Amino acid sequence: MKKPVNYSGRRKFLKNLSIFAVGSLALSGCGPVTMKEFLQKNFRTLSKKEKDDIIKDLEKKYTAKYGKEFHVTDEPAAGGVEFGYALDLSRCVGCRRCVYACVKENNQSRDPQIHYIQVLQMEKEKGIDFAHSDVHYNPELVPEEGYFYVPVQCQQCRNPQCTEVCPVKATWQEPDGIVVVDYNWCIGCRYCMAACPYGARHFNWGEPTIPADEINPETHYLGNRPRMKGVVEKCTFCIKRVRNGKYPACVEVCPVGARKFGNLLDPDSEIRYILANKRVLVLKQELNTQPRFYYFFGV
Amino acid sequence: MKCYLKTKLKIEYLLFLSVCFLIIGCNDTTEAYKLGQIEKINPGSKSYLKHEEIAVSPPPFTDGVFPCNDCHAFRKPNAVRRKLEWHEDITDMFNHDSENRWCLDCHDLIKRDSLRLASGKLLDFKESYKLCGQCHGDKLRDWEVGVHGRRTGDWNGKKQYYLCVSCHNPHSPKFKPLKPEAPPFREDAEIK
Repeated sequence: MKKPVNYSGRRKFLKNLSIFAVGSLALSGCGPVTMKEFLQKNFRTLSKKEKDDIIKDLEKKYTAKYGKEFHVTDEPAAGGVEFGYALDLSRCVGCRRCVYACVKENNQSRDPQIHYIQVLQMEKEKGIDFAHSDVHYNPELVPEEGYFYVPVQCQQCRNPQCTEVCPVKATWQEPDGIVVVDYNWCIGCRYCMAACPYGARHFNWGEPTIPADEINPETHYLGNRPRMKGVVEKCTFCIKRVRNGKYPACVEVCPVGARKFGNLLDPDSEIRYILANKRVLVLKQELNTQPRFYYFFGV
Repeated sequence: MKCYLKTKLKIEYLLFLSVCFLIIGCNDTTEAYKLGQIEKINPGSKSYLKHEEIAVSPPPFTDGVFPCNDCHAFRKPNAVRRKLEWHEDITDMFNHDSENRWCLDCHDLIKRDSLRLASGKLLDFKESYKLCGQCHGDKLRDWEVGVHGRRTGDWNGKKQYYLCVSCHNPHSPKFKPLKPEAPPFREDAEIK
């Protein structure tokens, strides 16, 4: 039998050349990404030392960019905690204070604009009806006669579809129930946005802009640290605040006290009292997403 | 070398254990409750008020009206319901079952610097929530467990209670309409 011609020399050369070409293309397309960032692994596979290293680099980068001393943490979930949220539909007046408290706390881009919370105005006659709801209402005073208000943000589902569809596992559910995104690992395919039935995920179509005097320098790696163009972001129940024992920013600011937050595993928490004693509903229950975000009627 | 490795492992193991204990310790809310260094408001005897809670001080009185006795000490008490010649700011806005109620349903006729329950028991202005609760019992119950009303602070520790009068004007308690913040930017508004 005739021996096949050995092409390995040329093959090897072409292979290496293509890898180099793809690599340099990828790097040049991503803007100012360092080689170190490009080679960074998925957050969940990093060692403690690697994480500390990355965080130190990020703090330096952000401090230089925004001229404020930045802190980035990777505080993990505490044991025995599963966060739950309840919103009193009978109280919400639709004033949107929560929307902007959230923007400020979580360093959302002002232009292009990203809001984690959408306050939907609905007709009392129609009940909860997303198709006829209005997010752009703008009267002189709220609440308006004949309307009620349903603020929608990430529902932190127990059965999240967004994490299922992520092709690179850049988004996942933490042990305390918060669904997070590793912005460095996200490839921006937006499958998660298509999968989310609540419209709770938002894409950075442009380079995020945040005025330097409004930036919040206390950040979490999986939460409110400044994002980059081309990644998806979402509400994390203010992961930086709640893992430090604080209420989320939207709870603190709500002038009518419609927003309630706590540990679902603590039988003495406000949230457990609401689940046990009030009329409670979840949005789009038929989809079996099993939200940890409940709506209730306080009266 | 082996021995060194072993001790290093042991130290790491001990560290891990102590961290575990620390985490467990931090989550024990009953322990935090026992510490109780701050003033707690305890409306009634509710066993479910477990976390440390502090009341936010009530909003200030209108300038110059308190103590009431500065003026009322020199006036003859008159319990007949009538149109007052004084306190127009309050009588003008008064809208709290005004058909059936007036000043002396909540304020005491003799001890002007106190509030008064229907039972005749006198209350300090700081405890006004008890007065509200004699009609709005369901709201008081919800407020005690943190469901009605606003709370700030820690979800797992010190929280600040806002009193009824922090959000509701007792003379006109309906929550006033607010000016909404700007609606989200609408893309098609630019295209038009």
